[in-house]
Amino acid sequence: MINIFEVAETNQMIEKENLDVRTITLGVSLLDCVDSDLGRLREKIFRKIYDAAKDLVKTGDEISREFGIPIVNKRISVTPAALVGGPACKSAEDFASVARTLDDVAHEVGVNFIGGYSALVSKGMTEADKLLIESIPLALSTTERVCSSVNLGSTKTGINMDAVKLMGEIILRTAEYTKDEDSLGCAKLVVFCNAPDDNPFMAGAFHGVTESDRIINVGVSGPGAVKTALGKVRGENFEVLCETIKKTAFKVTRVGQLVAQEASKRLGVPFGIVDLSLAPTPAIGDSVADILCEIGLEYAGAPGTTAALALLNDQVKKGGVMASSYVGGLSGAFIPVSEDQGMIDAVAAGALTLEKLEAMTCVCSVGLDMIAIPGDTKASAIAGIIADEMAIGMVNQKTTAVRLIPVIGKGVGETVEFGGLLGYAPIMPVNRFSCDAFVNRGGRIPAPIHSFKN
Amino acid sequence: MKRTIITVVGKDTVGIIAKVCTYLAENQINILDISQTIVQGYFNMMMIVDMNRTEKHFGDIADELDVLGDEIGVIIKCQKEEIFDKMHRI
Repeated sequence: MINIFEVAETNQMIEKENLDVRTITLGVSLLDCVDSDLGRLREKIFRKIYDAAKDLVKTGDEISREFGIPIVNKRISVTPAALVGGPACKSAEDFASVARTLDDVAHEVGVNFIGGYSALVSKGMTEADKLLIESIPLALSTTERVCSSVNLGSTKTGINMDAVKLMGEIILRTAEYTKDEDSLGCAKLVVFCNAPDDNPFMAGAFHGVTESDRIINVGVSGPGAVKTALGKVRGENFEVLCETIKKTAFKVTRVGQLVAQEASKRLGVPFGIVDLSLAPTPAIGDSVADILCEIGLEYAGAPGTTAALALLNDQVKKGGVMASSYVGGLSGAFIPVSEDQGMIDAVAAGALTLEKLEAMTCVCSVGLDMIAIPGDTKASAIAGIIADEMAIGMVNQKTTAVRLIPVIGKGVGETVEFGGLLGYAPIMPVNRFSCDAFVNRGGRIPAPIHSFKN
Repeated sequence: MKRTIITVVGKDTVGIIAKVCTYLAENQINILDISQTIVQGYFNMMMIVDMNRTEKHFGDIADELDVLGDEIGVIIKCQKEEIFDKMHRI
């Protein structure tokens, strides 16, 4: 039987260490909404999502209440819009109107984000893919809750450099379109290499075509719980350190598994996966960078950071995998800058640079995330950064992503405030040397060889 | 049988258990187990209860216990047992 100390431990993790379920994300396939008439397409999309998600927020709140665990976000992911909108959308404006429908239904059912305004172009782009990508600045500046993602490469296909170049321009244009809000549009736009089909986290969530009609995916969190546990083994060796992370990750993931199963049962939707990611928030004590400091670094970014992050990421997976029947999504430690107070402090102290962040992405989930850069950064430089990050993902057979925010009208040394979970960030300098000739070549980088690993 | 864990945490004072138990009895909630400690002057109690016979909704009980906690000056939480089972038992 459960004893008072176990109950106290769980409640301490929830109340003092910010343990929560970060998101219940309902995946909805829109493939059966395809229509050649734009009006009918939008109506079908609205109806399908509304019917699937009308009880999502209420159910999430009930589960939260009954188990005493906060469920921070309730969200929706849909089939990449480029696949659904192709027959009906003949212009970027047509596609942007689909984004407005997604925004409307998100408001109607009360979710705070809807993901899947996406295109999968790792090898090539269809006309629909191109139109959707062209429409992203308009779509993100005329909607509030829509998130957009573009998959630019994969280990199997290589990197679509035409699309990489285009996305450099699109990110800059999105920043320009939303410059009155400190280029907030770019916080809702992410590019991937090896994008997973079942990611519950925004901005990159979409409902992959290999998924069933509806699915429940859950993202857990708990950097604070890991940090507190590590505080109790300060000075111990790596064996003790790793065991402690594993045990904590197990406990955190079990909560996610419970919530996922309950949500699945109550909504009558199959359970997909639990995403094991350690997702920080700007709240004090909810930081992945603080865990790195607890492991023994003065600041995130100090020598040893990549090794510390590698072991953290690996132990989280080892602990979490046993705690859940299905694991998927991004599953690792997130290292967004603006959403993590410890990372912000590290940048402000001069300990953390863009280049070090890039190295860190080699060993953890996702990539260059929520990084504010000067608004006058060239599109080709952004494309070059994206290409670097995609290459890391392609060669290492892992998901990598880039979510950069060129803040129009601001430069290095200034700070940008996004508010809420998106936090704030000091603007980081970008290497000023040119990669124009590289980016302008056009075409694809071929898939890497899968043998002779060195 | 689905069981619920009620925790009461706060400054120790006369009659905390009496008031909580009275409320549970009035609502046909059966107490299966109680454990209690005082940590640094703070009252910590955990009850394992069976809510199968109560006619009230789980959310209403949780809300009313919340209000009762305010009256006594303690924090009362009401959570289904599965969250603790999942976390601490393989």
